[in-house]
Amino acid sequence: MMTLDQIARELDLTLVTDSRNLSEVTPTGGYVSDMLSCVMSGAPRQGIWVTLQAHVNIVAVAALLELAAIIVTENALLDPAAISRANEKGVTIFSTPKTSFEVAGLLWQLGLRAG
Amino acid sequence: MDDHQLSRRPITDQEAQYITRTEELAYELKVEEVMTREVKCLAPDMKMHQALELFRTERISGAPVVADGVLCGVVSLEDLIRCLTNNDLDAQVKEYMTANPITISHTDPVVEALKLFVTTRHGRLPVVDSDRRLLGILTKGDITLGLLQALQKDYQIEEVRRYRASHLFEDIVSDRTSLILRYNIKPRDFVHGGTASSNLKRALLRLGANPQIARRCGIAVYEAEMNLIIHTTNGGVIRAEIEPHQISIEATDDGPGIKDIELAMRPGYSTASDEVRELGFGAGMGLVNIQRCVDSMKLESTWGKGTRLRMKLFMKPENTVGEGHSSP
Repeated sequence: MMTLDQIARELDLTLVTDSRNLSEVTPTGGYVSDMLSCVMSGAPRQGIWVTLQAHVNIVAVAALLELAAIIVTENALLDPAAISRANEKGVTIFSTPKTSFEVAGLLWQLGLRAG
Repeated sequence: MDDHQLSRRPITDQEAQYITRTEELAYELKVEEVMTREVKCLAPDMKMHQALELFRTERISGAPVVADGVLCGVVSLEDLIRCLTNNDLDAQVKEYMTANPITISHTDPVVEALKLFVTTRHGRLPVVDSDRRLLGILTKGDITLGLLQALQKDYQIEEVRRYRASHLFEDIVSDRTSLILRYNIKPRDFVHGGTASSNLKRALLRLGANPQIARRCGIAVYEAEMNLIIHTTNGGVIRAEIEPHQISIEATDDGPGIKDIELAMRPGYSTASDEVRELGFGAGMGLVNIQRCVDSMKLESTWGKGTRLRMKLFMKPENTVGEGHSSP
């Protein structure tokens, strides 16, 4: 099982929130969708959510589901409100130029499953 | 903990926040609270072979020397070895003891003793009052045990607090007690989307709800909240009534209403605008998610008048809210 900071290093992710203790979080699985209701129903607790969405509501979803982290793909421009809300709620957000497909593939290679 | 760290008192609030509870306790706890009171003592006119016998039977490596209750020295293992090398076990204790040993006052904070342990490299310190009367003996082990017990006490106080919050309903006597939480939801207020549901979820956890129930409730209310934000003309109200055995939630609005409820309930069906869909809403899964998360759901709507969604979650007897089942 890999920790969030190991995953971030392997995938070369950029941390956009001021989250700490990434080495203490071990994600349990992953989920990919841009539809929030699908994430609500499908993402596992302590999972990683890969999405193109970059607006403030992704934080509410991640906080409610107690997700380990959000990976925002294709360098989607993050709403500054999303970042400040994430810091407030203790939600971890990463950004990457990779596509959701690539990120999911790499996470799978690292041993992460659907959860 | 090294000497440097211990001797440094917090100066600013910024620094103070990095002081651990254990370090804080080292300042709060007094030596007399952690010392060992029953001490094996020697008298100055005892023979050194009696000291050897005491060390052996009591499995200790040092003892204070006391005359009329007043401390006059200590015999350490080193003193004993010196005596053995001289083959002088018949000598009196006062000939080999270390006179005027370093002591600590019973009213000193534990941190002072820790400093002395570090600077003197002694394994034990005699504890005395202002008249140098021996009150006890202090080892590093005593301090460790004392700190652990103090931390345990802290922990229990916190437990009691959580226990009280989770006993809310038990403490307030009526034939039927419930707590009602209301959240006003504004239309198109995407920025605050999810606030009501996350606040409700937190309230449930504080009341000692089972984390699984709180999660299900959070998801269901999130979907209801987003529906009010996305679809209503004037917004709406979410009202959650929490009782020990159940949570009843109502989301009401005054329009526009749902034309075909059966169709609305179908997975994937949505009337959301393209603009809203771009934000990731309108998957047509909201009502389906609600149904999955609650134990009973009733959706009533009149086109042009408004919608009322009622949901209930039932607690199993072992998971009741506010009756002392605080969540882990």
